[in-house]
Amino acid sequence: MEQLIPQIVFYTFSLAMVLSAIAVITVRNPVYAALFLILAFVTCACIWMLLEAEFLAITLVLVYVGAVMVLFLFVVMMLDINMDLVQQRFARYLPVSLLVAVIMLIEMLMVVAAKNFTVELFPMPAPHPLGYSNTEALGELLYTKYLFAFEVAAVILVVAIIAAITLTLRKRPNTRHQDPSKQVQVKKEDRLRVVKVETDTEYGKHT
Amino acid sequence: MMDHLMALGWILIKILAITIPLILAVAFLTLAERRVIGAMQVRIGPNRVGPWGLFQPFADVIKLLMKEVILPAKSNRFLFVLAPMLTLIPALVAWAVIPFEEGMVLAQIDAGLLYVLALTSVGVYGVIIAGWASNSKYAFLGAMRSAAQIVSYEIAMGFALVGVLVAAGSLNLTEIVLGQQGGIWNWYFIPLFPLFIIYFISGVAETNRAPFDVAEGESEIVAGFHVEYSGAAFALFFLGEYANMILISLLAALMFMGGWLSPLEAVPGIEGTFLAAPSIVWLLLKTMFFLFLFLWFRATFPRYRYDQIMRLGWKVFIPITIVWILVVALFVVKQWLWWAP
Amino acid sequence: MMEFNTSELTLLIPEMLLLTMACVVLVADLFIPEQRRGITYLLSIATLVFTAIAILRLHDGSAIATTVIMNGAFVRDQLGDVLKLCILGVTGIVFVYSKAYLRERNLFKGEFYVLCLFAVLGMMVIVSSANMLSVYLGIELLALSSYTLVALNRDSGVASESAMKYFVLGAMASGMLLYGISMIYGATGTIDFQTMSEVIAAGGANGMILSFGLVFVVIGLAFKFGAVPFHMWLPDVYEGAPTAVTLFISSAPKLAAVAMALRLLDFGLGGLFEHWQQMLIIMAVLSLMLGNVVAIAQTNIKRMLAYSTIAHVGFMLLGILSGSETGYAAAMFYAITYAIMSAGAFGVVILLSRAGFEAETLDDFAGLNRRNPWYAFVMLSMMASLAGIPPFVGFFAKLQIINAVVDVNLTWLAIVAVIFSVIGVFYYLRIIKLMYMDEPTDEHPISPRVDMAAVLSINGALQLLLSIFAGPLIAVCVIAVSGIPG
Repeated sequence: MEQLIPQIVFYTFSLAMVLSAIAVITVRNPVYAALFLILAFVTCACIWMLLEAEFLAITLVLVYVGAVMVLFLFVVMMLDINMDLVQQRFARYLPVSLLVAVIMLIEMLMVVAAKNFTVELFPMPAPHPLGYSNTEALGELLYTKYLFAFEVAAVILVVAIIAAITLTLRKRPNTRHQDPSKQVQVKKEDRLRVVKVETDTEYGKHT
Repeated sequence: MMDHLMALGWILIKILAITIPLILAVAFLTLAERRVIGAMQVRIGPNRVGPWGLFQPFADVIKLLMKEVILPAKSNRFLFVLAPMLTLIPALVAWAVIPFEEGMVLAQIDAGLLYVLALTSVGVYGVIIAGWASNSKYAFLGAMRSAAQIVSYEIAMGFALVGVLVAAGSLNLTEIVLGQQGGIWNWYFIPLFPLFIIYFISGVAETNRAPFDVAEGESEIVAGFHVEYSGAAFALFFLGEYANMILISLLAALMFMGGWLSPLEAVPGIEGTFLAAPSIVWLLLKTMFFLFLFLWFRATFPRYRYDQIMRLGWKVFIPITIVWILVVALFVVKQWLWWAP
Repeated sequence: MMEFNTSELTLLIPEMLLLTMACVVLVADLFIPEQRRGITYLLSIATLVFTAIAILRLHDGSAIATTVIMNGAFVRDQLGDVLKLCILGVTGIVFVYSKAYLRERNLFKGEFYVLCLFAVLGMMVIVSSANMLSVYLGIELLALSSYTLVALNRDSGVASESAMKYFVLGAMASGMLLYGISMIYGATGTIDFQTMSEVIAAGGANGMILSFGLVFVVIGLAFKFGAVPFHMWLPDVYEGAPTAVTLFISSAPKLAAVAMALRLLDFGLGGLFEHWQQMLIIMAVLSLMLGNVVAIAQTNIKRMLAYSTIAHVGFMLLGILSGSETGYAAAMFYAITYAIMSAGAFGVVILLSRAGFEAETLDDFAGLNRRNPWYAFVMLSMMASLAGIPPFVGFFAKLQIINAVVDVNLTWLAIVAVIFSVIGVFYYLRIIKLMYMDEPTDEHPISPRVDMAAVLSINGALQLLLSIFAGPLIAVCVIAVSGIPG
């Protein structure tokens, strides 16, 4: 019983994860694909939870599901992707890619076979004592042992921000912008001009 | 085998003990909202159904449930029905880690704060999917606005919570409350004042409440993401929004206002009396205060323009939170004032 | 509590200085008005100079002074110091050449310099990496900056397209590399190069998983190098990017790539030498063939130089695959000289361009001798050096490589290399012929600013000077690689 419940949970989530991952690449509608990807992330987080990596699991949901995929959906919903065209091109390269994929699959199955990653080679880690905090342990490692990598990763994020701003923040010549502060500051004299119009009528000139 | 079933049954009872009062609270919050805003606008508000209008929420529920759920012809049926549930479920599930008093919590987990943050961020899917599945331009615009807004304010909110984490040294909500023991002076809203303000404003933005309710802004996009919804489906959105409001208020009380601790804790002369003792009543009172603020905001402020919302989130809140986290970290490391050993 | 030694940070001063200055340039640029943008440029040059000085100050001159710090993430040794100095130098040349070009095309923005500085930081991380994590992070830092630089000219559709190709293929290559790294980690249980080589030497790792991982690591490396058959992005990116950016990504990153190959393949996976040697042989031969032959068919100078890069990458791989100290030293020498040659060649391309005109076709070089004999001579020395004609330095670089390959009894490889470089001579000579024999089609005067004229002249002169002083430079390279556990 003690063993059974985690196993049932594990297999349920693994099955859900694999199926949704397959769905990501097979469904025709890109919005569905993105939603399946979210499902895959969530189930993956649940599996991590089983591995007692609760910090990583929750962060996965927080970062990927809560932020990254929201923006992904945002973009996918805005774009009108013509799936037929994509699939036509896909079909053209299918034979070659299938061949490569099958070869890769066989190789991977040979390497990642169960006999290469047995329980003897990779024993189960000792269970943590009560009150062990994953978050604290991770934080301690990140700021001591992996400090260098952590800092470089931070620099990469800075570059990503700079890159995003450099490539998007620009005034395109053809677009028209609204500047609310200018709109608010408009005075009557800026917009309104009283003009005396001279008119010619059959009775003579009027001013 | 029996043990497990017993444990399961006990958990179910606890869940009900949280959910049912919560739903009742939502019901009366809607009434309170109408009465409070009515009073602020020198009107009376609903007072016909039952004594002082107390049965008004039940009448509303019955009305909503009796109405037809309309499925627009070209909508995406499955997602259209799924969306309201996606709004409601995270709003309810987040309550699992909320402590109401020391030891009075459904799941005592260490990463409670993160868990709450993760679930509140998942709630946005209900809005996005509703907007897309409705196949309506107004709904879609509302969903897009909501997505951008929630993602932006989540960052400020997350940073504000990082400040709390630094101050308390724990992600566990019970320990965060216990870290504020010793009178009102020790409540985190004093050392973390900017973060407290930012957290609450971001909370208002996250729940799409006025003055940040551009996602449903009726003056320009009718009713935004839920324009196509009716009857029970609409009721679910409503329920989710109000449950989230209560959650945000409760969290603000827990993290910044000492949770169930008494504000009179260190007042000389009343030590040992019930006034100084920690109690769930204090927590509920504080929560009600924040809920009142939600209503007050709605009655007072005009709606922000979309670009103003974005500017406030990115250019004001995020820099302030980053700076204040550094300040708090300095205080903690140097053991100044609140963190003196 | 893990121990963390703050005194180790002194060895990181050059990197920290560069990072701080990059941030300073980024912020300062916000406050510098458009017409004073030159300040950003000077600040960036100063950053490079001071970083170089910091490296020299830390350099203690002894032959083997390898210090691993930051819990095995970072190594400071001769190899790293020499390559970092070269990277900084080449980047300085790039800054000088690109200034006028950027200004004329409305790209003279602080972001160009900031991104270049971050890319340099990425290269320095790669060069000094002592575990898989640092290599990967360095690559990402370099790559992310490069993608953005290529896309810098947002109004150009070609640039955006090539940036997209670069990004997609680069991301895929990173994925491959990571997958390989994860396999190797699974087999050896470590990401540390030192421990990894010990585990492999002790036979404590599953050979099948190791070689499976190795394949992916080598593929990832080949993508970054641009070796055939993973070269497809290279010509498109070189052609699409603004020439100033092409100048940058064609020169300095090649130095980092060589360091990366040495660190990963020799430091970490030296025990699998037989495996990766075979893979590199195939890629080297294919690169030599394809690069030299396809370059002949090009009419666009940037594309031609891209295929020439592929051929030169083949040569660098030859040096690495020889697996001997001379081979490594030769590869390093080759990379250094190539970076200088490439910078010079693109420098002349930039020199001929002006506002509204890109000197991109071969015909734009026609009659350059009539227009300006000195710059024609500079281009001649670049081309001759790239082709490997004595007495230019390119010849010595090629000679070193061929020597090293023959030393390890791979004579057939040496013969293949010689044959294809002789074929390659054709398209370099064609440019020389165009410059000296043909009538100019464009009479626009060539008047570079003083700084560019000086640096370009020195760059041209270096092709000859370096061949006189090839001996000492090679000696430096030999000392540098002698720190490598072999």
